[in-house]
Amino acid sequence: MAPPFAFAQKTDSADLLRTTSEAGIRGGKLVTTLRSEPRTFNPATANDQNSFGVNARMNADLIHINRATQKTEPALAKSWTVSKDGTQFTLKLRRGIRFSDGQLFDADDVIFSFQVYQDEQLHSPQRDLLIIDGKPIKVEKLDAYTVRFTFPAPYSAAERVFDGLAILPRHLLEKDYKEGKIAQAWTLNTLPQNIAGLGAFRLKQVVPGDRVVLERNPYYWKVDSKGQSLPYLDELTFLVVPTQDAQVIRFQAGDSQIISGLSADNFTALEPQQAARHFKLYDAGPGLEYNFLLFNLNDDTEGRFPEIARKQKWFREVRFRQAVSAAIDRASIVRLVYHNRAVPLASHVSPGNKLWFNSAVPSPAHDVSKAKELLKSAGFTWKPDGSLADPAGQPVEFTIVVGASNAQRAQIATLIQADLKQAGIAASVVPMESRSANDRVLRTHEYEAAVMGLVSGDADPTPDMNILMSNGGTHLWHMGEKTPATPWEAEIDQLMQKQLVTMNYPQRKKIYDRVQGILAQQLPVVYLISPNILVGAQENLGNFRPAIIEQYTFWNADELFWHTPAGKH
Amino acid sequence: MNLKTIFSKSGPSPAKNADSGFQKSWAVWFLAAIHLVVLLAGFIAPYSFETQARLYPYAPPTRVHFIDCQGKFHLRPFVYVTKIGENNPTEYTQDCSQAAGIQFFVRGDQYTLLGIFHSNLHLFGVDPAAGLFLMGTDGFGRDQFSRLLYGGQVSLFAGLIAAALSVIVGLFLGAIAGMYGGWIDDGAMRFAEIFIAVPWFYLLIAVRAFLPLQISPVTAFVLVVCVIGVVGWGRPARLVRGVVLSARERNFVLAARGFGASNSYLLRRHLMPLTFRVLLTQMTVLIPQFILAEVILSFLGLGIGEPFPSWGNMLANAQQYHVLVSYWWMLLPGLAPIPVFLAWHSLAEKLQERVKSNI
Repeated sequence: MAPPFAFAQKTDSADLLRTTSEAGIRGGKLVTTLRSEPRTFNPATANDQNSFGVNARMNADLIHINRATQKTEPALAKSWTVSKDGTQFTLKLRRGIRFSDGQLFDADDVIFSFQVYQDEQLHSPQRDLLIIDGKPIKVEKLDAYTVRFTFPAPYSAAERVFDGLAILPRHLLEKDYKEGKIAQAWTLNTLPQNIAGLGAFRLKQVVPGDRVVLERNPYYWKVDSKGQSLPYLDELTFLVVPTQDAQVIRFQAGDSQIISGLSADNFTALEPQQAARHFKLYDAGPGLEYNFLLFNLNDDTEGRFPEIARKQKWFREVRFRQAVSAAIDRASIVRLVYHNRAVPLASHVSPGNKLWFNSAVPSPAHDVSKAKELLKSAGFTWKPDGSLADPAGQPVEFTIVVGASNAQRAQIATLIQADLKQAGIAASVVPMESRSANDRVLRTHEYEAAVMGLVSGDADPTPDMNILMSNGGTHLWHMGEKTPATPWEAEIDQLMQKQLVTMNYPQRKKIYDRVQGILAQQLPVVYLISPNILVGAQENLGNFRPAIIEQYTFWNADELFWHTPAGKH
Repeated sequence: MNLKTIFSKSGPSPAKNADSGFQKSWAVWFLAAIHLVVLLAGFIAPYSFETQARLYPYAPPTRVHFIDCQGKFHLRPFVYVTKIGENNPTEYTQDCSQAAGIQFFVRGDQYTLLGIFHSNLHLFGVDPAAGLFLMGTDGFGRDQFSRLLYGGQVSLFAGLIAAALSVIVGLFLGAIAGMYGGWIDDGAMRFAEIFIAVPWFYLLIAVRAFLPLQISPVTAFVLVVCVIGVVGWGRPARLVRGVVLSARERNFVLAARGFGASNSYLLRRHLMPLTFRVLLTQMTVLIPQFILAEVILSFLGLGIGEPFPSWGNMLANAQQYHVLVSYWWMLLPGLAPIPVFLAWHSLAEKLQERVKSNI
């Protein structure tokens, strides 16, 4: 560890970033909880939420998405320019700033980091983002503090790609990389002094299975409006608490001071205790998660599941899907499952996505008689006992698979079951272990319908291409389509490709609005609701501004401070 | 099912005292009543088990009044209409301005009684605008009281049928082992010991895991019953074997054999009837155990699935922290088995006294 005077020297000459938030008070410790311990401290191999959450506090990116505005802002790159054709980005890096071990940061670290992320052998989870149309992004060093990124084609979401791509210290990791051992670098057993980053905190201690403790990075590159160096907190502890109920109890007891991802049920249970226990709960509004009822539209070319294939005649009929959508009472889901802390959805874009939500698409209405009309027009009939029969006279019955670990989705499925009964459809709910439910949907395709939820990675259309494009890797309702199965899927393909290369926001928005309109009309999946992001924190925590993009509570950990005198917590 | 008639037929009654004590037992009457009530759940419950009053999630038990808000007494019990909190949908108050009298023999949700009679006549109910939730509602606004009655059909009868199953299997294998002895006896008893020694709970989970997930509630019920019943035959088999083993050397059996009676005749005519009382006692001990087994299986999501209730899957809601701290009435299904178990145990004690006095 470098001596403290190195820090004093640096502040005079370094290109520091000055924040505009409320200036706080130095000192104090903050404890929060994680579902399980991070798997690695290596940003190039981490692929689980817990690792992301901890690593993001120890590392920094070139261009960052501000979680509050959902727009990009300078981070390690203090400015950038874009070429006219939209393919070249030239980034000016901050000068004189240091990694948490005191070593200087420059363009070589950026070049090295991208070399690691794009390495085919390492297969970093970030690699997919950096390979466009099968071609990698070219990264060149123009001088010690200027880097140029050349995209193979114009790329509208280019700036957002940099968010979350941690810049790695070449001086610590190059040796491992050259020896082909980088995948094994920076595990939970690595000594804290051998791990360094450009984030607000650095590793202090790991107690396996129990906690990860981070300490303040004295070389951090941000200062507040008064010129006081950030972060304010001396220590940040992540406790491993495996269930949400246990997390709630620890939060109530004051063992942790921030709780994230609360269910509406727990939020309601905690609400009355706010004043007595000195914490505050926040409803950040609808997030980027969307829940939906998925019908199996996959082609069963080998004839493995004749029973599913028979039912697919109904599922492929758009009027059937529209009828199911009309029969579902989303308002009840919002009220009963989420205590009014969710919004009904017409497409996969939630109103929380401020820049891209299409408000012109009407929210789906609950209308059983409309559902019956649609079914009737598609040739369905009703038996005297009120049960629905398909045009061949067969009863309309199907199963809805749901992952048992998510209590809310299981409840949604039970409500849908009761709603569909009103239209004569007999659905039965099959709760199963979440991994096997996912396996059925993604791999074996042995399911009839499923209630699922996805969280968009970013408030931008591009990450959703994987799902929306007919050849996308997670084109859930019809995996592995070689060519678009329907004209509207072909149109979505075309529109999504177009938005990818359209640099102008209003034009892009128009294209994406159309995509949302098609989805709401054709309902490849029946979109249900988007839950609000619910979090809580001790009431005297300053600058606490929960966001709807991951990480909801800690995105501005460098600005969090205690209003009470330091050291009390 | 009238338990009293079954028990009163159980052979000659040399022990008059024990017999009259048995007949006076509250347990017999209580168990007969409770089984009758759950069998008639459709009629007695004011709602169907799946009816969702979506305006009333987690509504607390509805208070039944005789005295109104003005302090006036009414002969007919009544309830006040529940008002929902404006901000919080699970905050309820009583609206003193709107009352609904409890009516008897009202029309309501359709049900099928004993799988034969279709009806919509209910013993009691209130105007649909009010809502009568004697034990509150769950997160879907389903009446807990109605679900508890329907759930009893699953939980009580799963225990009863499973116990009968294991006693029958136990009787068959135990009698053969006791009668024939030798390697048959050794084989059957070692096999029984395996079943006794294996922790039944883990075995149940393992067996349930092998079964398909997508099964109808009836199939699920039959499977749960079979799994519990088949696993539990070890103890009754050993008991029966013991009785048969000692009885086959008794003089009247030897005499019958001397007259040329075959083994199967001896078993049927002389030996099996001797085991009857032991088995009855055994059954009263097994039934509560097996009810508990079903409750545990359903509690862990391995029994009957939604929307069908059983005491176990109703109680499973209370696994969640917010339910545990906010809605105490969700714990009531956990209390339901207690009087039933006490009754069965009391009955078992009475039967045991009777068996002892017979000997």
